[in-house]
Amino acid sequence: MIIIRQPQPRAPGAADGTVTTGTIFDIKKFAIHDGPGVRTTVFFKGCPLGCWLCHNPESQAFEPELMLRDGRCDRCGDCIDVCEPIAISLNETAVHIDRARCDLCGNCVDVCLPEAIEIAGRQVTPEEVMREIEKDFVYYDESDGGVTFSGGEPLSQADFLVDLLALCKARGIRTAVDTCGYLAHDIFRMVAANVDLFLYDLKIIEDCRHTEFTGYSNQSIHENLRWLADNERPVIVRFPLLPGINDDEENVGALAILVSSLSNRYPVDVLPYHKAGVDKYARLDKEHRLPELDPPTEERIEQVVRQLKEYELQVTVRGERV
Amino acid sequence: MSLSERVAQLRQQSLDAKPTVSAERGQLVTDFYESVDGELSAPRRRALAFQHLLSNKSICVLEGELIVGERGPAPKATPTYPEVCCHSLKDLEILDSREKVWFAVDDETRDVFRDRLIPFWTEKSLRDLIMKEMTEEWKDAYEAGIFTEFMEQRAPGHTVLDDKIYRKGFLDFQADIRCSLDQLDWLNDPAALAKKEQPEAMDICADALIWYAELHTRKAEELAASEKDPQRKQELQRIAEVCERVPAHAPRDFWEALQYYWFVHLGVITELNTWDAFNPGHLDRHLYPFYKKGLADGTLTEESARELLGCFWVKFNNQPAPPKVGVTAEESNTYTDFAQINTGGLNEDGSDGVNELTYLILDVIEEMRLVQPSSSVQLSKKNPDAFIKRAGKIIRTGFGQPSIFNADLIVQELVRQGKSVEDARAGGSSGCVEVGAFGKENYNLTGYFNMPKVLEVTLNDGVDPRTGKRIGIETGDPATFESFDDLFDAYRQQLLHFIDIKHRGNNVIERLWATHIPTPFLSLIIDDCIANGKDYHDGGARYNTSYIQGVGIGTITDAMTAIKHHVFEEKTFSMRDLLDGLASDFESDGKLQKRLLNRTPKYGNDDDYADSVMRRLFEAYFETVDGRPNTRGGKYHVNLLPTTCHIYFGSVCGASADGRKAWQPVSEGISPVQGADRHGPTAVLNSAAKMDHARTGGTLLNQKLSPGLIDGEQGLEKFAHLVRGYFRQDGHHIQFNVIDAETLRAAQAEPEMYRDLIVRVAGYSDYFCDLGKALQDEIIARTEQTEF
Repeated sequence: MIIIRQPQPRAPGAADGTVTTGTIFDIKKFAIHDGPGVRTTVFFKGCPLGCWLCHNPESQAFEPELMLRDGRCDRCGDCIDVCEPIAISLNETAVHIDRARCDLCGNCVDVCLPEAIEIAGRQVTPEEVMREIEKDFVYYDESDGGVTFSGGEPLSQADFLVDLLALCKARGIRTAVDTCGYLAHDIFRMVAANVDLFLYDLKIIEDCRHTEFTGYSNQSIHENLRWLADNERPVIVRFPLLPGINDDEENVGALAILVSSLSNRYPVDVLPYHKAGVDKYARLDKEHRLPELDPPTEERIEQVVRQLKEYELQVTVRGERV
Repeated sequence: MSLSERVAQLRQQSLDAKPTVSAERGQLVTDFYESVDGELSAPRRRALAFQHLLSNKSICVLEGELIVGERGPAPKATPTYPEVCCHSLKDLEILDSREKVWFAVDDETRDVFRDRLIPFWTEKSLRDLIMKEMTEEWKDAYEAGIFTEFMEQRAPGHTVLDDKIYRKGFLDFQADIRCSLDQLDWLNDPAALAKKEQPEAMDICADALIWYAELHTRKAEELAASEKDPQRKQELQRIAEVCERVPAHAPRDFWEALQYYWFVHLGVITELNTWDAFNPGHLDRHLYPFYKKGLADGTLTEESARELLGCFWVKFNNQPAPPKVGVTAEESNTYTDFAQINTGGLNEDGSDGVNELTYLILDVIEEMRLVQPSSSVQLSKKNPDAFIKRAGKIIRTGFGQPSIFNADLIVQELVRQGKSVEDARAGGSSGCVEVGAFGKENYNLTGYFNMPKVLEVTLNDGVDPRTGKRIGIETGDPATFESFDDLFDAYRQQLLHFIDIKHRGNNVIERLWATHIPTPFLSLIIDDCIANGKDYHDGGARYNTSYIQGVGIGTITDAMTAIKHHVFEEKTFSMRDLLDGLASDFESDGKLQKRLLNRTPKYGNDDDYADSVMRRLFEAYFETVDGRPNTRGGKYHVNLLPTTCHIYFGSVCGASADGRKAWQPVSEGISPVQGADRHGPTAVLNSAAKMDHARTGGTLLNQKLSPGLIDGEQGLEKFAHLVRGYFRQDGHHIQFNVIDAETLRAAQAEPEMYRDLIVRVAGYSDYFCDLGKALQDEIIARTEQTEF
């Protein structure tokens, strides 16, 4: 039995046919790294895994979170004046937020003219999201692109995702879902029926190490992937390459064996670690455990690619054929 | 491929050549005018002046070159045109000492100006005559920076050649002239005498150009006689033969075709200082038959064609834009003379115009990497993706060329203006982004128009707050306006007032050109001046358009949107508060500026609230300008482009309601205000596409691009999709400027100005200003590595 963390806020009455809402934290246009063609990526908030090197730390919690960009703060103090729970104070370079006291009312965000404070995570209806998605229809059409639901874990907000997928289908927009795969089988199968392409993350194959890194077993992840293969669903396996964590020969080999043993031949896209996420930890007052970790060298990437190719896998790096 | 040794050397010499002011042309034209003043009709006077210039100017056949002829006595020795506008000693001093777009002026040149040119041309140059005819209100608006005037110191050229010279020699044009003269109806046509004088002047000019080529033949023969190197000797003999053949006769091969065009080009830019120099237009299409023939009969190889094109390219780079004076120097301050070579697009029959030579020319553009000539790809839905991707490969090297135009939309634009479909397809873009029927149209850009300044005057009830002078009409104290519509109506009235002033001025100036400085040489090669017996400046061309180029639509849109949103709808602050804030350049209320910058819908984000204001402003401008008659039998149309005028226009505008500080540049072209677009390139393109480009004669959209963003084959594909997506929505033009390390450093220092800057981090793109300092530094270092 797998216990899956579920998002907190659900729209009242979603079950009786009224509008479902979901929590997202960003919509990115001209996302050119999240699947084929020109895409819009919708980032869902909340993930059942707890990878401690997540490059989108604001995507992990299901609840909205306050983010503070020190660099933008001009220490005007306007936020302090409107903060009812008195959670904000001034320090030398910016303001400080006492997250324990903060009730996420958003008053500070409204008055922060330099846009130093923001809340990651907002509740939206599928139609609101569709209005944004549809704006770039012409580019999807030109490029065989579409929308990518990413996160966080989109399948953790299954009802919302199902509604969005149905709306996309009705409007002729192709869909991709970027998933960690750590989900109950029934939910996974229900949603999968309407997805044009899965971007399926595999991080660590040996289960103990996986549990250590993500907090959870990868058993269901592998099962869901096998199910997709058995049912001939299109998938691109994504392998985030984290130096010293999952780039060892043993793990790369195990990943290659797993993917090549599937009943369907899926390509593997290697995504080398990058440091873009480091700053975001600070904005959330979270600790990045390896701030000094450098991206893998080109040489190391080549070695990994070579090893994967020994298993006759089709390999790309950041979507580019190698 | 790399440059041949010859081309590499010529290119380097051109880059190293020092721009100087040459007094040669000024002296020759003064000699001529002194000898004949008052005795001749205007067309005859201009034709004989042209003949005098070409017969007496220096003849250059330089070492190693295959295409010959220089406008001045040496590469980058730049002539002046004192009959149009005579530089003062102070102008020369500025040219010689300024840091940017510098021209050396030696003492001898200064002496010639002081002793001969200035005394002779004072109160006689056309510019002096024009200024004498302008009304007080015109001068007030001009000095306030409401508009600029293109025709006050450069000739209204703005035209491009079609394919006629590749079919006909100048002897054939002379036969056409005789035919036109034979057909004059002396009994019924009261204009018969004028119609005789004009073609006769053209005839003199044709003789003059043939003679000018003959002088090159002689020079080449002379050099060949004393040349020791047998290969060079042979080349010089060939040059002599080519110049013997063209322009008198139609060209027989690739080399002759290029040399023929170059003689015509020199003719145009020696006769007058035409705007945008001159331009062969669809070079790939025109040269293709010669290219195919040469390859087939073995007289040409891909390599020799490449070398000839390289030699041709250098010629353009040797001719800087003639130095300007006064305000015009500020608005358009560049060595570039905007000769824009077109590639691709549609053939006249509507078929795909991309051929093998198109790709060869794109190679040459990439290898030469010169600012002149400028180049464009004309992208039709019929053109293959390989074409736009090839262009993308050049663009991503960060050299700003080629720019990309929507060939299908250009046809629509030209047809809407009344051109035949065939003439429209033979047309294209020139200068910055303006469209024309090549070889058949005089499409005159008459001046930039400062939209944000008109709003500033409106918000001050007709007064220019910079000078305190009343230059507009009284439209009421804006604090008394009850609705956004009240404000908009007031703006429309001011707009109409200033466009009327501009129009009236243009009408006078157009007539002064037609009567004082006709242009018989240019008339020779633009249809239907010969058949009509009429000069190019006087409506002789088949099509005659005047443009007024709107500048700053991004700034005025955001300013109007802010007023609509904050003053009239949300009532965040009152009009009075806003006006006080603007008057004090936001010193009185620091939060006001931030609110305007960060709490207001902005154009460029695919946000209908702001974009609908843009549409309304566009429509107001269009309705005010489009369809007015000019004096050449044609009409006014709009286009939206700035060159570098947005900087000058910003320098005369106080703080604006979009949060812009006083005297800062206004937005350029139809691009969003710098830093205002925060939703990536598709949002910018979607916003821009909400304007009805089909009813313009050109719009300019600049898109910043991080160097890594279109890396690899995948990046190139997505780049092509982006462009195609914009063009499917009927966008006119897009130009990609790859961000350099210097810009990134500026963004690091002043993040609020660069909030729109996207960079590729690694398989991931993000806003540069949102990245941490260390990561920013890393990207700067990486960008520097890949820069040329």
